[in-house]
Amino acid sequence: MNDLSLVVTILRFGFLLLMWVMVFSVVAAMRRDLVIGRKAKVGAPTARQARKHPELVEEAPPAKIAARQLVVTEGPLTGTTLELTGVPILLGRAQEATLVLEDDYASGRHARLFPQGTRWFIEDLGSTNGTFLGGTALTRALPVELGVPVRIGKTVIELRP
Amino acid sequence: MSQLLTVAKPRRNTELLLLILALGVSAMANALVNLNLGRTFDNDFFTQIAILSGLSLAFHVVLRFKAKYADPVILPVVVALNGIGLAVIHRLDITSGDTAATRQWMWTSLAVVAAITVIWFLRDHRILRRYTYISLLVSVVLLILPLVPGISAGNVNGATVWISLGPFTFQPGEIAKITLAIFFAGYLSSNRDLILLAGKKIGPLQLPRMRDMAPMIVAWLASVGVLVFQRDLGSSILFFGLFMVMIYVATSRVSWIFIGLALIAVGGVAAYQIFPHVARRIDVWVNAFDPAYIGADYGSFQVVEGLFGLANGGLMGTGLGQGSPDKLPVANSDMIIAVIGEELGLVGLFAILCLYALLIARGFRAALGTRDAFGKLLAVGLSFAVALQCFIIIGGVTRLIPLTGLTTPFLSSGGSSLLANWIIVALILKISDAARRPIDVSASSSPIEQLSPIDATQKEVPSP
Repeated sequence: MNDLSLVVTILRFGFLLLMWVMVFSVVAAMRRDLVIGRKAKVGAPTARQARKHPELVEEAPPAKIAARQLVVTEGPLTGTTLELTGVPILLGRAQEATLVLEDDYASGRHARLFPQGTRWFIEDLGSTNGTFLGGTALTRALPVELGVPVRIGKTVIELRP
Repeated sequence: MSQLLTVAKPRRNTELLLLILALGVSAMANALVNLNLGRTFDNDFFTQIAILSGLSLAFHVVLRFKAKYADPVILPVVVALNGIGLAVIHRLDITSGDTAATRQWMWTSLAVVAAITVIWFLRDHRILRRYTYISLLVSVVLLILPLVPGISAGNVNGATVWISLGPFTFQPGEIAKITLAIFFAGYLSSNRDLILLAGKKIGPLQLPRMRDMAPMIVAWLASVGVLVFQRDLGSSILFFGLFMVMIYVATSRVSWIFIGLALIAVGGVAAYQIFPHVARRIDVWVNAFDPAYIGADYGSFQVVEGLFGLANGGLMGTGLGQGSPDKLPVANSDMIIAVIGEELGLVGLFAILCLYALLIARGFRAALGTRDAFGKLLAVGLSFAVALQCFIIIGGVTRLIPLTGLTTPFLSSGGSSLLANWIIVALILKISDAARRPIDVSASSSPIEQLSPIDATQKEVPSP
């Protein structure tokens, strides 16, 4: 009888333990799942990790020169410059546009130039004649690199450092 | 709202391992009950373990085929909770001579089959969005059913929430929880911008236009109004909380939280003044240890006995089968948490609460990961409904808030609740499958195309 009560006591605590093993196994299974995106890393890899997995080490990207101004290179407004301050810019013929284009081939609200991180993106706002980035028509927001011409109607703009 | 990308891995083998562990927990709980109450390990014990294993493994196999990328921890957690619930109900049956465990086994089988059916036939959770208004209609009908003479099971324990279907009774309000969440998700995912932007502005407050809010108000009145007539305070709080949280998540305006809390305060005071049964609940809660209240009809006897049970359990508990839950009224439904607290102690109770927390967190995680507004809202709504239900009943048993009759998800004896919660789990699994499935990158290479539609105002682009 005494043996049985000992077994029962052990099983009683064993069950509590098993429940917590269950909880911690679930948490352990989730841990890997908490990684947000493949690129998410916590801190820099240690030297040992770098030796074992060379793909973890990424060269620092070359320092980008941030665009500071927008220059109109072709069209009626040639020579106009606009300082880029970090707020989105609306391009078009409408009076509320940041850069009012006096261009018959541009739409009222033609395109939008907006900063994200350290880069500027251009997005077409459903214009009639389209927006061209380096010769290709925009179908979605794309980053604008320095010196790449953006054509809106007969106007061409560029970002300059 | 941030768009979280996960590494695409099915992880079904992890699920299988955790499932075996969960089945081990259930089997051991059952074995301890038999051992402590001097029962022999007869055929029943082995059949029951076989049934639970068969059902959950079948579910697992269906997930392998139909929702390969579904979240791997949800199913094991739910199986563990359900298994512990079955063991505790079985244990209570042995003391009281009831047959609730047999019924619970039947309902568990039915609920798992229903959940498997949902996983099997629901190709994509977005299909449910087509049934937005039908869901509203179904919710209203389900909530009115218990008041219809003929199928109503009448007033049971002070609330008219049951219908009788032949030999069975059913609580349609539990299913209404799901259909209301589908309606709110469908309606808010299409009309969120209208509610947010169209309308008069008074000071800092942007008031939504009446016609944009009308269907929501209909849904709210139907749920809260009918429940006031049915005298089911718990469900009423549950539906109201669901409504507020979904509108808050859809619009991301903090003001909704304050509006919700203010409405709860106003509603609470009004209900206290108008409805004697609400006033009674609150008086009983405040004066729980007053002997006059303990002895009275609908008094605090239940909650006080529950608290004594919890105290008797202490840190480690008395051991399954060695407590004295025969002193507790309705021990196997409303008060099951008190029984678990007594027999497994604080340590065991907290393990159960952790399992709930993990389940709910995985539901929210599925909502974060999925890419359509409807799926996000539905997953948040369903997970929050489970969370709030746990809070209302566990808070009630531990006398944090007034005790209202709700079931503890997956643990309590109660077929409709089990069925509804398993269907909720199936829906969350389906949404998490959509969330974790790798994106087909052949069509577009830029993550710009994969914007989360819940956030239309702020374009998200790859950070450099």
